[in-house]
Amino acid sequence: MSVATESSSPGGSPDTARLLATVDPARRRTDRTMQVLIYIAFALAMIPLIWLIWTVVAQGADRISIDFLTQSMRNIFGGDPRGGIYHAIAGTVIITLLATVISVPIGILTAIYLVEYGKGWLARSVTFFVDVMTGIPSIVAGLFAFSLFALIFGPSVRIGIMGAVALSVLMIPVVVRSCEEMLKLVPNELREASYALGVPKWLTIVKVVLRTSVAGLTTGVLLAVARVVGETAPLLVTVGVTDSINFNPFEGRMMTLPVFAYRQYSQGNAPCPGGDSATCVADIASQNAWGAALVLIAMVLALNLIGRLITRWFAPKLG
Amino acid sequence: MSTTISRPPARGSRRRRSSTTDRGFNRVFRWIAVGAGATILAVLAAVALFLISEAWPAIMASPEELASGVPRYPEDTSLLGYLGPLVYGTILAAVLALVIAVPVSMGIALFISHYAPRRLSQLLGALVDLLAAIPSVIYGLWGFFTLAPVLTPFWLWLNDNLGWFPFWGGQASPTGRSMATVGIVLAIMILPIITAVSREVFLQTPRLHEEAALALGATRWEVVRTAVLPFGRSGVISASMLGLGRALGETMAVLMILSPGFTYSLDILAAGQHQTIAAYIAADFPESTGLGVNTLIAAGLALFVITLAVNMAARWVVARRKDFSGAN
Repeated sequence: MSVATESSSPGGSPDTARLLATVDPARRRTDRTMQVLIYIAFALAMIPLIWLIWTVVAQGADRISIDFLTQSMRNIFGGDPRGGIYHAIAGTVIITLLATVISVPIGILTAIYLVEYGKGWLARSVTFFVDVMTGIPSIVAGLFAFSLFALIFGPSVRIGIMGAVALSVLMIPVVVRSCEEMLKLVPNELREASYALGVPKWLTIVKVVLRTSVAGLTTGVLLAVARVVGETAPLLVTVGVTDSINFNPFEGRMMTLPVFAYRQYSQGNAPCPGGDSATCVADIASQNAWGAALVLIAMVLALNLIGRLITRWFAPKLG
Repeated sequence: MSTTISRPPARGSRRRRSSTTDRGFNRVFRWIAVGAGATILAVLAAVALFLISEAWPAIMASPEELASGVPRYPEDTSLLGYLGPLVYGTILAAVLALVIAVPVSMGIALFISHYAPRRLSQLLGALVDLLAAIPSVIYGLWGFFTLAPVLTPFWLWLNDNLGWFPFWGGQASPTGRSMATVGIVLAIMILPIITAVSREVFLQTPRLHEEAALALGATRWEVVRTAVLPFGRSGVISASMLGLGRALGETMAVLMILSPGFTYSLDILAAGQHQTIAAYIAADFPESTGLGVNTLIAAGLALFVITLAVNMAARWVVARRKDFSGAN
């Protein structure tokens, strides 16, 4: 209520009344200036977006080839322009899938709890701490997974599942948040109709609520996957790096796309006596980094696009 | 909201006939859902507990033990004295990003909520959200290879002509790998979250408030200034704090762009002066063993505590606003 009186006060104060009664070029000038500034602010956000995507495409497109996508970096040293990111793509897909398998059941069940059952202090604190959890720095999630596994397996352990656990910590709150919004959209009449037919509550949730919101839930999950697929820091401290293909997330180090891009970036230029040739390219490492970045950004944008299109195409027509 | 309306009768009926409705799989399913909710709290508690347990050896170690056990650890420094410059660098980077990002994202939020055509606003909002989807390692690559060289002449000019200003003094970096560049990249990375929250708040401004202002002859900017901004003030504050939390924890962009150093310097244009906690952990973790790892985890614990405090304060402001906003 205090807000209402505050913002309707211009009508009451004599100061504003005088201001409104006179035609004032200064006011129009301010209005114009602010409008221009606000348009500029939006342009300021679009410049880096377009610039960045264009840079990644321009720098990375040359490196993309069938070999780059289907080979690993095993036995590739210095400026050798062979090799590729197959091991990193495999690692990213496996670890992200594992993280999804861990986070989605917990996330959706928590959302169900908050929407269908939640009341009292537990629901309030879950809501609050889910919000707080979205702000956990990714490196802290990585350190948590490291500490957890270091206590069990010793401090030098680096396995794929550690990375999946770290990513789940980042992913669960995102899944809860978006799924909660989606479940709230399900009209109450549907639940009541189901209860009226004598259907038990759990069956109503599974068959009516979840069925109605399945498109929205898929979108939420896909956007959450898109958010964690590009995480670098937690994987750097938990999964380590390798140049070989490793499909087993329970044993040995794995490579992932963002970590690969970072490793190649930090290698710098390779020494090539006699200049660039077919077997030695000086800046091959940064080319690899841009190539991996392009594949990664394509994955993220595709996940975002598919996620948004699913809601648009498959959402049930309500009301 | 509609779910809360129907709940009281449902609860009453269950109380009366609890034996018939809350039994069998109904009860099992309810407990599964409650368990999932409790898991969230357990995970957050576990994060704190495991970090403390792994950081404990470093917290308890004497300066001599730390100096011998941790590479590049200065003599006669306590753990707090060691982490001090890192905390300072972390906060400096985040505040710098915030100073740049808040005005711009308020502009973007106003553009989307009140200036852009209604039909376009959803698409434009999604475009801004795309900035949040781009992985931080790509921001790092772009900042290092593309943005830093572009900004360097500008930073050098600032240093030459306005070097008397406290922040722009010192020896400006010829490569642009300075705190100033990091601040700009971080600002771009936190734009989407600040914009998204502010936009939601601005859109909730009661229609009648705006129409009242318009009826009094206000221009569009005056509507924004007298109706929208006062209504959204606490929302913008909490959005900024959420952005601050993001900027505090950002790792890869800082790690890849900033040339690190461990001082309390104000010279944001100089290289080798600052380092953030997150970037420091990511840089040193792969090569660390023993007490070195414990020290890094202690740094991570400090970061966790700082971001937790900022995020909780932000959420608290949001929650308080919900109760007293008068709009709902």
